[in-house]
Amino acid sequence: MQSNAALEYDYSVAKLFTYTTILFGVLGMLIGTLIASQMAFPELNYMLGEYGTFSRLRPMHTNIVIFGFTLSGVFATFYYVGQRVLKVSMAESKFLMTIGKIHFWLYFVGALVGVITLLMGYSQSKEYAQLEWPIDVVIVIVWLLWGLSIFGLIGIRREKTLYISMWYYIATFLGIAMLYLFNNMAVPTYFLTDGLGSFMHSVSMYSGTNDALVQWWWGHNAVAFVFTVPIIAMIYYFLPKESGQAIYSYKLSLLSFWGLMFVYLWAGSHHLLYSTVPDWMQTMGSVFSIVLILPSWGSAINMLLTMKGEWNQLTENPLIKFMVLASTFYMLSTLEGPIQAIKSVNAIAHFTDWIPGHVHDGVLGWVAFMIMAGLFHMAPRMFKREIYSKSLLETQFWLQTTAVVLYFTSMWIAGITQGMMWRAVDEYGNLMYSFIDTVAVLHPYYAIRALSGVLYLTGFLMFAYNMIKTMTASRELTQEPQFKSPMA
Amino acid sequence: MFHWLEKNPFFFAVGVFVVIAFAGLIEILPNFAEASRPVVGLKPYTVLELAGKEVYKKDNCIACHSQLIRPFKSETDRYGQVSLSGEYAYDRPFLWGSKRTGPDLHRVGNYRTTDWHENHMWDPTSVVPQSIMPAYKHMFTNIADIETAYAEAVTVKKVFHTPYGDEFKGTKEAWEAHKATVLAEAKLIAKDMKNKDVKDAVEAGNIPEIVALIAYLNRLK
Repeated sequence: MQSNAALEYDYSVAKLFTYTTILFGVLGMLIGTLIASQMAFPELNYMLGEYGTFSRLRPMHTNIVIFGFTLSGVFATFYYVGQRVLKVSMAESKFLMTIGKIHFWLYFVGALVGVITLLMGYSQSKEYAQLEWPIDVVIVIVWLLWGLSIFGLIGIRREKTLYISMWYYIATFLGIAMLYLFNNMAVPTYFLTDGLGSFMHSVSMYSGTNDALVQWWWGHNAVAFVFTVPIIAMIYYFLPKESGQAIYSYKLSLLSFWGLMFVYLWAGSHHLLYSTVPDWMQTMGSVFSIVLILPSWGSAINMLLTMKGEWNQLTENPLIKFMVLASTFYMLSTLEGPIQAIKSVNAIAHFTDWIPGHVHDGVLGWVAFMIMAGLFHMAPRMFKREIYSKSLLETQFWLQTTAVVLYFTSMWIAGITQGMMWRAVDEYGNLMYSFIDTVAVLHPYYAIRALSGVLYLTGFLMFAYNMIKTMTASRELTQEPQFKSPMA
Repeated sequence: MFHWLEKNPFFFAVGVFVVIAFAGLIEILPNFAEASRPVVGLKPYTVLELAGKEVYKKDNCIACHSQLIRPFKSETDRYGQVSLSGEYAYDRPFLWGSKRTGPDLHRVGNYRTTDWHENHMWDPTSVVPQSIMPAYKHMFTNIADIETAYAEAVTVKKVFHTPYGDEFKGTKEAWEAHKATVLAEAKLIAKDMKNKDVKDAVEAGNIPEIVALIAYLNRLK
């Protein structure tokens, strides 16, 4: 079967998902910036009546960013990377091509319907699992279609050994499949009551403490398998490709992969410290969170060492800068998380703004940076045009880096301030502050965070503009670039 | 072994699955039955309270409010007795939340009244001047979905044996018969309220969301 002619890869599905990555990115970050501003300036809650309050918009922000922006990015890169590392083109199989397209359209329609139901207030009120059961069913089908694409492409592959990125894509598929199914187990109320009440409504299969355990087993590992695992898949492919450097250590990648798989799932109960779940589970959550530093830093260090001796590329190629900073933020975030999982620290940090601070240095600094770098690397190869503007890329990089730093520093201060104030007592042992005192004091930090949102969103709009110009107006390329992506 | 796995995707996938499923089995299963046992004397939510819980979910109160009092003196001083696992036995889903932009609500029924909630939901700054919480005026006009709440009660009775009375049946007739009970409970809440539209609506047999929500919040003790 092996032929010497270069394969013509088919990027039609990858392109479709690239468009939705941009679309959902703009939408999710726009809502994020709005709700951040609402916390600093509450008058902003009243722009859309019932539909514009912080509480109604917040699940839209999280769902659109996680399942809209990030998943689109994961799918886009998969339909690009998958073909290349397996040395097989989507064009070779009509069946897989059809599956890929149905996967996209069902995903897109499902996502839109999901967003609308959230706006209307249909919600299971479980974090990152708000969508009601009819949409859950669609999501399961979408997910299975992706599985079919993964294993279908693997089935007709020419390269027999699975590249590291494929390990991570497979793990993403399996992990989310298992977690999503179990966490969303619910009984629709419509069918057992002869059609009484709303068709959309359901009750969770688990109650109270059990529900909390299952939910955070999901909640924590949605972070693992959407924000970590597939993003590592991306960096293992795009960093070596863009830099022309081989991965530093195969053994380190093995250790990191299997270590991450084993350890990550244990750590979910660190979301429930000092709650009513048994103490031993809480301690397990703490301990495994600390152990998690090993595989996380393993991947990150492997990436940084891949650049060994080639650090000059950092000054020449903004995409390398994005990826190196992404792995640095990954290291920061995976050190910060375990620190917050230590019980005595968690006693202060839990329920405060330090937690969204932690999430955002991961998501803005690591996930979004990596996805944007990946798409920028793909664009010249998919659209056969050079990247529209290098200077725009540079500006975007500094703007967004500033934004991330402002975000997490302001939220660190806000979180620790509030955590300390909640527990402060006077000389007689009485609480020193009423709750509202601990809210009022946060105003400046909320204002800084809103500013950081505006900066990051501006950077993302630059990315969107740069991508659209690359697709439509940039100089055409006659042959595919080997390593460094060409840019004007 | 790893080289072999990387050439055999099926076994690779099985391997990954076993490794990731392991933790869930060990952490979640052993305590499952124990954790679903209610504390002595715990009553299931009334239909009106369930409808209020739906409003709580619909407007996503958990974005800013927790329902979990941790075992620290600073928390028990502020919010009341430490939360117990069995108190949540009828909470489907659990509503602990993960962020306190506003205070904990697990025992809010002990220290806030119908009247306070009415003022607060209409305009939070009227009772807490520096509050950053938005007003929820639409709850005073939107009508709560009592029928779905009833369907939920029947469903949890059938599937999870939540101790609701024999009159809870999944038929139109049983629901029509139960309506009066729900309305009577709503009238008790509306009596303590001052909003004219709300009072009129309840008189006319419609229950605004705010009434159901207050019934639910008053129940949190």
